[in-house]
Amino acid sequence: MTQGRTMLEITALEKRFDQTAVLRAIDLKVREAELVFVIGPSGSGKSTMLRCCNRLEEPTSGAIMIDGQRITDIPRRDLDRMRLKVGMVFQGFHLYPHMSVLKNVVLAQTKALKRPKAEAEARALEMLDQVGLKHKAEAMPNELSGGQQQRVAIARALALDPKVMLFDEPTSALDPELVGSVLKVMKDLRAKGMTMLVVSHEMAFAREAADRVVFMDGGYIVEQGTPEEVFGNPKSDRLKSFLARVSNPNEDAA
Amino acid sequence: MGFLDTFFNMQVIANYLPDLIDAVWVTLGLAVATIISGVLGGALMSCLRVAGVRWVNFFIIVFADVMRALPPLVLILILFFGMPSLGINLSGWMVIYIVLTAVLIAFSEEVFWGGLTAVTAGQWEAGRATGLSKAQTLFYIAFPQAARMVIPPLINRVLATTKLTALGSVIGVKEILSVSSSAQSFSGSATPLTMAAIAYLVIFIPAVIVSHRIERHYHYAT
Repeated sequence: MTQGRTMLEITALEKRFDQTAVLRAIDLKVREAELVFVIGPSGSGKSTMLRCCNRLEEPTSGAIMIDGQRITDIPRRDLDRMRLKVGMVFQGFHLYPHMSVLKNVVLAQTKALKRPKAEAEARALEMLDQVGLKHKAEAMPNELSGGQQQRVAIARALALDPKVMLFDEPTSALDPELVGSVLKVMKDLRAKGMTMLVVSHEMAFAREAADRVVFMDGGYIVEQGTPEEVFGNPKSDRLKSFLARVSNPNEDAA
Repeated sequence: MGFLDTFFNMQVIANYLPDLIDAVWVTLGLAVATIISGVLGGALMSCLRVAGVRWVNFFIIVFADVMRALPPLVLILILFFGMPSLGINLSGWMVIYIVLTAVLIAFSEEVFWGGLTAVTAGQWEAGRATGLSKAQTLFYIAFPQAARMVIPPLINRVLATTKLTALGSVIGVKEILSVSSSAQSFSGSATPLTMAAIAYLVIFIPAVIVSHRIERHYHYAT
């Protein structure tokens, strides 16, 4: 992995809900074309950190830079333009159920990016092709499997030409046999040089495809490193017990 | 007098049919005008409520609660008999139109609002995360889904409100019920009332059928 320029940089990020601190002093750098995996127990703040990166969640303090822009300083009314640069994929897909697959992918292109309709449709078909679903362009979301819906959601985000893609547990809501198709799309994206920050429990995928793995617990980044380092040689007790629990889900490690 | 003579007297029908046909048009006109402004007004108001401006929402909620709580007849009598004392003379038609529109706005605002709150947070987040503004997300994503969800209760409310055009008979609007009940007084026959009932069926049965079509057309499995 060549040392590219920094695409996303989180500095001293904190998030509190009322009195509860969810994120405390998070520092994280993601370089261009890097795939960084975030793992950790539920409630560790992974998703909240991800959602701060496009300000679906407002950070309490700290700074986030994306592609050289300090997005934490952007006034609320200018958020929409920033979000075009940050693609997000949700656990629950959230396709618009009243629109065809094609229209799902076209909508933000024409309304937010102000692309002409013909160009937006061509781009949408190209992106659907990339996720292997061009033939489903006229289908409605409820006619697709979960895995297909998630791939459409990825195409919807990609069509806006984002600089960074955020994945919030993209395969957690899928039947096991459908997970592979979504992971394959993510792997293709990585090969194309997309910068990706992924919150997920797919440890095997992390081992295989991640450039770096970040372990979060209790609102802190406890440990980070290459997949070999994090999975092969965990240093902290918390990471060790987390990995033990994940690999032996039936064993009570508490 | 036999049954047919009482309820289907041909002579009476022939005498009053032209008047009743005029009355059907009055009822239809009132109904259509009320539906258009009432449903549009309710939709707009529910969208306005999404903006979340506190004093605006307070006004909307008070308006919706008052209009749903008061019997429409009370409002009709107040407007028709009270307003002239303030120098404002409204025709009977106008009074019915205003009151029924206000009532339909109030009910349909609540119905649309119920639909809007049923649209999941994930839909809003998906829209906002792709750079759509709050207004765009409402217009293209949330409202269309809410509208589809609320079609059945909305149609019920529309039918219930438009049937209240019969209240026009109280203040002399020449709609179906008032024309037929005065015909009944003049003729001494119940036949005009039968004609009124048939006229209402002629108007509302197709409306019910069309409403089923609309429900089916916009139904999508989730």
